[in-house]
Amino acid sequence: MAVLLLAEVTNGELAIDATAKAVTAAKALGDVTVLCAGASAAAAGDAAAMIDGVAKVLVAEDASLGHRLAEPTAALIASLAGDYEHIVAPATTDAKNVMPRVAALLDVMVLSDVSGVVDGNTFERPIYAGNAIQTVKSSDVKKVITFRTSTFDAAGEGGSASVESIGAGDDPGLSEWVEDKVAASDRPELTSAGVVVSGGRGVGSEENFALIEKLADKLGAAVGASRAAVDSGFAPNDWQVGQTGKVVAPDLYIAAGISGAIQHLAGMKDSKIIVAINKDEEAPIFQVADFGLVADLFQAVPELTEKL
Amino acid sequence: MKVLVPVKRVIDYNVKVRVKADGSGVDLANVKMSMNPFDEIAVEEAIRLKEAGKAEEIVVVSIGVKQAQETLRTALAMGADRAILVVAADDVHTDIEPLAVAKILAKVVEEEQPGLVLAGKQAIDNDMNATGQMLSAILGWSQATFASEMGIDGDSAVVTREVDGGLQTIKVKMPAIVTVDLRLNEPRYASLPNIMKAKKKPLDEKTADDYGVDVTPRLEIVKTSEPAARAAGIMVGSVDELVAKLKEAGAV
Ligand SMILES: Cc1cc2nc3c(=O)[nH]c(=O)nc-3n(C[C@H](O)[C@H](O)[C@H](O)COP(=O)(O)OP(=O)(O)OC[C@H]3O[C@@H](n4cnc5c(N)ncnc54)[C@H](O)[C@@H]3O)c2cc1C
Ligand SMILES: Nc1ncnc2c1ncn2[C@@H]1O[C@H](COP(=O)(O)O)[C@@H](O)[C@H]1O
Repeated sequence: MAVLLLAEVTNGELAIDATAKAVTAAKALGDVTVLCAGASAAAAGDAAAMIDGVAKVLVAEDASLGHRLAEPTAALIASLAGDYEHIVAPATTDAKNVMPRVAALLDVMVLSDVSGVVDGNTFERPIYAGNAIQTVKSSDVKKVITFRTSTFDAAGEGGSASVESIGAGDDPGLSEWVEDKVAASDRPELTSAGVVVSGGRGVGSEENFALIEKLADKLGAAVGASRAAVDSGFAPNDWQVGQTGKVVAPDLYIAAGISGAIQHLAGMKDSKIIVAINKDEEAPIFQVADFGLVADLFQAVPELTEKL
Repeated sequence: MKVLVPVKRVIDYNVKVRVKADGSGVDLANVKMSMNPFDEIAVEEAIRLKEAGKAEEIVVVSIGVKQAQETLRTALAMGADRAILVVAADDVHTDIEPLAVAKILAKVVEEEQPGLVLAGKQAIDNDMNATGQMLSAILGWSQATFASEMGIDGDSAVVTREVDGGLQTIKVKMPAIVTVDLRLNEPRYASLPNIMKAKKKPLDEKTADDYGVDVTPRLEIVKTSEPAARAAGIMVGSVDELVAKLKEAGAV
């Protein structure tokens, strides 16, 4: 059976980690064709062709596909759908924007944030902020799926798939891109980092977040935050970890000044080792922590930074 | 302009969810239910549009069990004008899938002709994050998901979206579907006088059949299970001990 996988392409560049994790999940379903769409996507296509397990790459370059606007991207995928039984993508915000639209165009349900493949029709996905795992069996002729990347290992390199250029779909011309506000950072990307250091409301201010960032830099880690920290303006929105933010599963997750609400745990409780630093010994975060330290983070975090 | 806001009745976000021992689902009997938190944000945004003179009427709609009328009354008490309840299930454990919800909403849109639909980005029970996008596909309308800021400018809306890399601003043609994210606004509480007034606001009751929409699920629920539990951890007494433990575990 054939699988079409929408690659994560941003400004012409392939997000290799997210795409390669989705390839691992997709390989179990059949031969994987990767679609790279963008205003420029040829370089992304070449990169995708090297992912182990990719059988073929389609490159669609068109100005209308430049900013992953949902309508033209979904129209393109729907026009290709005839050849595939599974249409999949990593569960990024871009794919969450596009894939349900694709599913509705095909009159099928979408399977969001799938964390396990049982067989070609049967999938596992977390519900209720990860407090339950549901196994569902689809009766649809086509399965449209986003894969939760934190639960799959990235496929390696070593592939040599053929690359084919294709045209764009019909752009209904309903939306226009205005601007992106992306903070440049030398730190690793949150969802692919091996270590994540996160701060919560307890950090107290944007200035104080420097403490968290220093520890992260010492460890070569990405920086995360709770919703409360983002809402309070201590940290940017793309640092939010949780049910409605990013889902991470690094080797080491350090939470400082975070209470551990279920919505936050939903985004990090699959991390290999969890460290919690909180001055309240009753904080629920300690229930999921491998190593808990009851302490004032303003003392403990700088001390930890120094001693590591 | 009329604004349509779909609101879902879900388990309250503070309740600890329990999976039923027989794996048939989660226990929703006698559990506190509330409006999906994202939908409160959508209702609030609609009210602010009305207060700013950009919208004339706010219609809220909920699809599910009869008890969803409580959710609609909450929206009316916040400031919505009128409500439509579409009864599509009898059992509180039956969740109507986003595709079916979107099809029913598309029929409501045909009837009501709103200029804008404001939905939540995600229902916190099924965590699907799909209905707005699906509705937009069925109607052939523009979509702007994960809105953290929005403004209406003539026949288009300018929406800032929370995306993985930061923020993206797009301009969409109206009529549009906008799904709202956490940082768009802080929803108001309904005051007691408004709760009383809401009891007299119109609430129409319909069924899925009235709209000719088949709500049979496409995804059969095979089982529902508890996630793997984490092994118990330990408390350390000092930063030195923490560093030692991390080294021992090979984590640093
Ligand atoms: C629809 C919805 C979606 C949500 N999605 C998310 C999500 O994706 N991610 C998320 O994180 N949350 C989410 N939340 C919010 C969640 O419910 C919590 O409100 C939030 O996680 C709390 O953040 P916090 O732990 O930083 O703040 P708090 O709960 O206020 O905890 C702060 C902690 O810091 C500790 N502290 C204070 N000072 C110090 C100090 N000096 N040293 C050490 N410790 C200190 C305190 O003891 C406390 O435990 C969502 C909520 C809703 C309703
Ligand atoms: N049964 C429903 N009744 C009314 N609105 C709904 C229903 N299901 C979903 N919605 C709307 O669609 C949004 C996203 O839900 P979902 O796609 O299920 O995550 C919600 O925030 C609501 O605005």
